[in-house]
Amino acid sequence: MGGTDAKDILGLPKTPLSLTQEKRPRPQKESHRKPDGISREVYALTGGVAPLMPSIDVTHLKRRPPPQEKVTWQWLAFTNSARKDDFQLYHWARVVNDVPPTGDYSFAKYNKSVDILKYTDDEYENLLTDPVWTKEETDQLFELCEKFDLRFVVIADRFPVSRTVEELKDRYYSVNRALLRARAQSPADVANHPLMKEPYDITRDRERKRALSMVLSQSRHQEKKDAEILAEAKRITEMRLAARRAEEPDVSANEKIGLDKADGAVPGRSVSPSSNSQLPATAVAPSTLTMADYASTLASLRMLHVYLRTYGLEQMVQAASSAVGLRTIKRVEQTLQDLGVNLKPKVPTKTVCDEHLELRKEILTLLNLQKQLQYKESEGSSHREGSYAAMPDTPKDRVFASDPFSFGAERPIKKEQKRKGPGRQADSPSPAHKRPRKMKASDL
Amino acid sequence: MTMTNSSSSKKQAQDQLETSEPTLKSLKTKMTKSDEKKKLKDIEISVPIVYGNVAFWLGKKASEYQSHKWSIYVRGATNEDISVVVKKVVFQLHSSFNNPTRVIEEPPFEVSEAGWGEFEIAITLHFHSDVCDKPLSLYHHLKLYPEDESGPLTMKKPVVVESYDEIVFPDPSESFLARVQNHPALTFPRLPSGYNLPAPMQVEDTGKKKRGDTKDHSLGQWFMSFSEADELLQLAAARQQVQAHIAKLRRQISLLEGQNQTIKTGSDL
Repeated sequence: MGGTDAKDILGLPKTPLSLTQEKRPRPQKESHRKPDGISREVYALTGGVAPLMPSIDVTHLKRRPPPQEKVTWQWLAFTNSARKDDFQLYHWARVVNDVPPTGDYSFAKYNKSVDILKYTDDEYENLLTDPVWTKEETDQLFELCEKFDLRFVVIADRFPVSRTVEELKDRYYSVNRALLRARAQSPADVANHPLMKEPYDITRDRERKRALSMVLSQSRHQEKKDAEILAEAKRITEMRLAARRAEEPDVSANEKIGLDKADGAVPGRSVSPSSNSQLPATAVAPSTLTMADYASTLASLRMLHVYLRTYGLEQMVQAASSAVGLRTIKRVEQTLQDLGVNLKPKVPTKTVCDEHLELRKEILTLLNLQKQLQYKESEGSSHREGSYAAMPDTPKDRVFASDPFSFGAERPIKKEQKRKGPGRQADSPSPAHKRPRKMKASDL
Repeated sequence: MTMTNSSSSKKQAQDQLETSEPTLKSLKTKMTKSDEKKKLKDIEISVPIVYGNVAFWLGKKASEYQSHKWSIYVRGATNEDISVVVKKVVFQLHSSFNNPTRVIEEPPFEVSEAGWGEFEIAITLHFHSDVCDKPLSLYHHLKLYPEDESGPLTMKKPVVVESYDEIVFPDPSESFLARVQNHPALTFPRLPSGYNLPAPMQVEDTGKKKRGDTKDHSLGQWFMSFSEADELLQLAAARQQVQAHIAKLRRQISLLEGQNQTIKTGSDL
């Protein structure tokens, strides 16, 4: 059928005589043959012939099995075992073969209640007296507990004397514990009771709620910072674990304390003490990790029995860079170039290689400290202004600008222009003067 | 003449072989093996070497396929004889050369050829059996044309590209140590105090062997000299700068920490 268009374009005679004869009967066949159930276009898509596979008759699809029983719906009365009276309500019920449904009301089973222990006056005298709670109050408490199924928030609301939820809980649970202990045949019987195994601790509960409220009331900014700190803490613990696994260094008490503080502080205490104790640790942690790397690299070099010193240096450099990203590695190389040091020593003697490695390690420490400083700065400014501080600078900064004549003209790290106020590095002269300064002996 | 344990036991082992007394011989061979296998910790022997090529332009005599005359070599960095350590050197040339695998079993370890192309040459050093079983490979890109492409080619001055490196043996055997002590071609380590090496075995055929050093080499005038002094100086200066900067940053950080603390306690969050 499309052939006519092609022939048109080519300028050929459209239909030779033989074809016209074939064409006429075909359209007739088409108009007769189109089956119901699919549209004309779809039918044409399949080529205008019946499908090879038998298609599913649409009427087959939504059929249901013919009902075996006679089902009717009737408006019937019912009783609810959860009710204390004999009140009868009505509802639609599915009646099968003239038999109404049996059994209790289906929702009655949800009417659960709590078993509240009841104490006698004697028991109260002997066990349950408390300086803060009168018998009256305790009785009221228990009444409300039963009425409201231990929903302490509601109970606290209804309690005639104003008491906090924690206080009510504390009183209720301690009374229960005392009663259980007293009534038990032997201590062993009660030992498995959940109240015995995990007694209610009011101070912990108070603390937990306070922490929770602090977390919930955090601003989004605070959230972000907490997430950052958590990530850092995680990184540090991982590094420390790796170092501890590789060799047995004596983890200083400081580092441990820093870590614990970090864990405890995150739920809501102030962020800076934890970050303070952590950050010195970050300076230490990379070196403890790479000590293990160096040891293993040296061991693998020994296994070779013979190697070239340049190869050995390469391996050690790789070990040093294993814990850092590609960006940092590039920065180290850039710094080496700025300092006028060959990336690969031209005369790799043992001393030269050792010095080269030490220099690389020191540059890593330097870059680490720079990052720390930037984080500190952004932290300081955010606390003051409450605005979102600048991100740590991109590695376009160069510590040692390459300058053949002076031994290190140093540019101060770029800062946000918006920031005002005294929150600045103490030794940069003033915000207006951002000239590169030559390093002087007085700087040390 | 004092004979070392290893040498004497070796000799005895050989005698035993000849007189065929099986029990004693097996004992002696066991002893030699353990002696040779004894290695020391944290002691390394390093052999400073220089490898590279010297290439002369043939000028008027240059043809299409032979424009340069070049030599590829491995030598001791101070031109000392490295055959004390190196048994043979295999140079793998481009496949277009006849017999591209050139095995040099005597110093000077070099191959001289004529050609027109620059290609990578694999240099494999094989060591004596008491030094190391495994060979070590180096790679050098043959350079015929000078860096400065615009300058005129001269027949007088060759193009020289050399690389300095050091072969490190991290755990030398005792026999190796004994054999090479006091040899100028390598740096001998400081032995732990009280450690006595057996006296070196007598070298056979000293008269027959040629001197293996390259001090009087025909190409010697073109050899580069490598001094670690400049590099050490540059490294020391760099380290000093970095250390000063580190101290400065540490001060800045502790300053900021103090500031942040006061701000924190001041404002109520």
